Amino acid sequence: MAATTLDRTAREAVASACADVRDSEPADHVGGVVPGLVARPADTDQVAEVLRAAAAHGLTVVPRGRGTKLSWGLPPTSADVLLDVSALDRVVGHAAGDLIVVTQAGTRLADLQQVVGGGGQRLALDETVSGASIGGTLATNASGARRVATGTARDLLIGITVVRADGVVAKAGGRVVKNVAGYDLGKLLIGSFGTLAVITEAVFRLHPVPVASRWVSVPASDPAQAQQVVQAVLHGQAVPSAIEVEWPADGQGAVHVLLEGREDGVEGRAATVRSLLGEAATESSDDPAGGATYPWDDGDTCLKLTFVLSALADVLETARETGLHLRGSAGAGVAYAAVPEGSSVEAAQDVVRRIRETCTRAGGSAVVLDAPASVKATVDPWGPVPALDLMRRVKDQFDADHRLSPGRFVGEI
Amino acid sequence: MPTPALSAVAAVADRLLPADGVITDHARLRTYECDGLAHYRVTPALVVIPEDAEQLAAVVRACAEQGVPFVARGSGTGLSGGALPHAEGVLIVTSKMRTIHAVRRDDQRAVVDPGVINLDVTKAATPEGYYYAPDPSSQQICSIGGNVAENSGGAHCLKYGFTTNHVLGADFVTADGDTVALGGAAPDSPGYDLLGAVVGSEGTLGIVTSVTVRLVRLPEEVRTLLVGFESTDHAGAATSAIIAAGIVPAAVEMMDALAIEAAEAAVQCNYPEDAGAVLVIELDGAAIEVEQEFAEVERLCHDNGAFELRVATDPTERALIWRGRKSAFAAVGRISPDYIVQDGVIPRTALPEVLKAISDLSGTSGVRVANVFHAGDGNLHPLVLFDDSVEGAGDAAEKVSGAILDLCIEHGGSITGEHGVGMDKSKYMPRMYTDEDLDTMQLVRCAFDPQSISNPGKVFPTPRLCGEVPGRRKGAHPLQEAGLAEVF
Repeated sequence: MAATTLDRTAREAVASACADVRDSEPADHVGGVVPGLVARPADTDQVAEVLRAAAAHGLTVVPRGRGTKLSWGLPPTSADVLLDVSALDRVVGHAAGDLIVVTQAGTRLADLQQVVGGGGQRLALDETVSGASIGGTLATNASGARRVATGTARDLLIGITVVRADGVVAKAGGRVVKNVAGYDLGKLLIGSFGTLAVITEAVFRLHPVPVASRWVSVPASDPAQAQQVVQAVLHGQAVPSAIEVEWPADGQGAVHVLLEGREDGVEGRAATVRSLLGEAATESSDDPAGGATYPWDDGDTCLKLTFVLSALADVLETARETGLHLRGSAGAGVAYAAVPEGSSVEAAQDVVRRIRETCTRAGGSAVVLDAPASVKATVDPWGPVPALDLMRRVKDQFDADHRLSPGRFVGEI
Repeated sequence: MPTPALSAVAAVADRLLPADGVITDHARLRTYECDGLAHYRVTPALVVIPEDAEQLAAVVRACAEQGVPFVARGSGTGLSGGALPHAEGVLIVTSKMRTIHAVRRDDQRAVVDPGVINLDVTKAATPEGYYYAPDPSSQQICSIGGNVAENSGGAHCLKYGFTTNHVLGADFVTADGDTVALGGAAPDSPGYDLLGAVVGSEGTLGIVTSVTVRLVRLPEEVRTLLVGFESTDHAGAATSAIIAAGIVPAAVEMMDALAIEAAEAAVQCNYPEDAGAVLVIELDGAAIEVEQEFAEVERLCHDNGAFELRVATDPTERALIWRGRKSAFAAVGRISPDYIVQDGVIPRTALPEVLKAISDLSGTSGVRVANVFHAGDGNLHPLVLFDDSVEGAGDAAEKVSGAILDLCIEHGGSITGEHGVGMDKSKYMPRMYTDEDLDTMQLVRCAFDPQSISNPGKVFPTPRLCGEVPGRRKGAHPLQEAGLAEVF
């Protein structure tokens, strides 16, 4: 891969905007595109300086948190500057009494959990990839098993600070959970893959860490049976925090139900769930194998699938037919699936087409989050996207020159 | 005299809508001159009441072609003037669009028209064991479309969140009159979360014509407590202790002595005598869990000076407890001829400090303030009392009301927790946000509504010029045409 080269004035402009600027190395690549420079600003102001310098010199910029999901999405069409926000790694404030945390975007999710965990609280977002940053988690809208109870980033983010492509710093939301003043820009930024603005700070609502937690699991090998089990739990009164399905490419699958709360309450609810799940159900206080992580390995074609809850059986059926290894939140209608490394491009294309057909029929979507370059180049990673024209208009308003992460998002935004 | 542009829109409406769906008669137009915030009044130039999404979109398209402003209105219960009509514009009323298209228990979704009444969604879902969680106190009359516009909350949003957490999809008519699908029945649609921007945008981005909402399982057990305290400080301390114990009640509501007095006068709710404050606390969920939480809440209330505690275990008893709280806004009419309902938010831990400051404000100004609020999430609803027949009383009340918002901002809170900015609070937006913040928000407006015809003049104190949008209406910007702005 050839590195992007920048002319001298542009390099100097970026270097004077931010103390920590270095030449790129091959390992800095984003989907195979090696940036010209790596800038590691120390704070929001320096992020703004870098973006102003980039705007003045017509440079493209790709933001990066901890780089754990940087290969997701399409490769950028250009990456003059890799904007590494990992130095913005402070938890700015934890107001335990208000169940609020203010954090910089480069902070690792795990480090933030450590800080708020001291107060018996947690940010109710699972760490699906080890080492992930807050900014990257937001930009990719990553979520895990517990979304059934506490939702996803959009349900937890209450305030955001961003730097626009033109270097203007702006905030939206605030530091209180209840707030309807102004547009909710945080929602637009979540899942925007670095294409609208650079997230530098975020404010979240927190939840108390439950005293007790228990998994109740039941083997499942038939799609209809898995769906029946999931529906029984959904319509029951156990108030699950997670309903996961594990569905290997072949062999036996399982449904796992997580109960969290007070000691006696969890015990009682676990018994309720066991009675719904039948005699084969077992209890454990450990996370099931795989836990909150994705079901893929390096080199796999990695899919995110969404569907209405009643279509679980159809999705599992298609997964089995196409040899997908699937794992995810059956209770929320979101699952992840992997086409194993070594499958031919044609085979991967065929799997994507078939599972997308099923998910689309089920009111959802199938998105290729990551894949080998040969697959990414030949499949449409996002599938049909309604309101794309309106999305392009939003992009044009925020980033008229398409400076930020060009080409990485839907419709090659 | 209607302008030619308006006449052109009226002609389209006349052609497509039934006769009773187009109102031009001045006396009838006047019945739409305000929403729930009645001291702002503007008579719209035209009212249309479409029967379906196609008619609605056609009217919006005509507005876009003619550069005529339009304002959407659901049931008109909003408290910030968000549905205040535009004098030269069209008011689009969704009250004929009231079909619940689907209740899908197995998907935990319902699909409803924008004019559907909030409570009717719950009524439709209850036989299936489900309900629609956001419950603004106007839920018997407010519409889902209005809830979407305002991102409405309610007493139970402490645990269940707001409208934005319960709306997954919408058919949406853009300010150009195009219909697009935002979100869907499944979560996490690919692309930007445009629906997240639309919910709470107060009708300034376009109009929803169909809404897919999440249905929530009815809880196995609900327990409601009414607790009497000597003072708001004690009640506040009890609230903090409950939250600190890791309990998330469905609701924690507080009323102070003056608010209790008003409620007693209005509905004889029979709250604990001589209470300086009461808390209404509701726990819900799995029975076994609620049982344990209840015991702990009871203990924490006693530890923090509760002198009376009543428990409701059935719907009738529960309704009795809620009656005082739910009547509170209207009830102050019993103790004051006029009042302002304020809506501000503070971090919950700042409650004692802010209540003290409000009491000081009241003391120095001589303006009485009754406090009713969602204590669990720090959402204050101070009721500022005055007598409009006394000269200067209205201004004094307005001043105190504004000073309360300043207190909220000083303590890191918000100028509105659920009533919206609308017409009423746009002037306060610059106190909470910088010019850059407001400018950035309006980039969204420019993307959705470059002509600024969808509910113009609301939310933002100063409109942003959107610049040339390729392939769109040529000619002067409507603001420029109207002499409201110049392009430099």
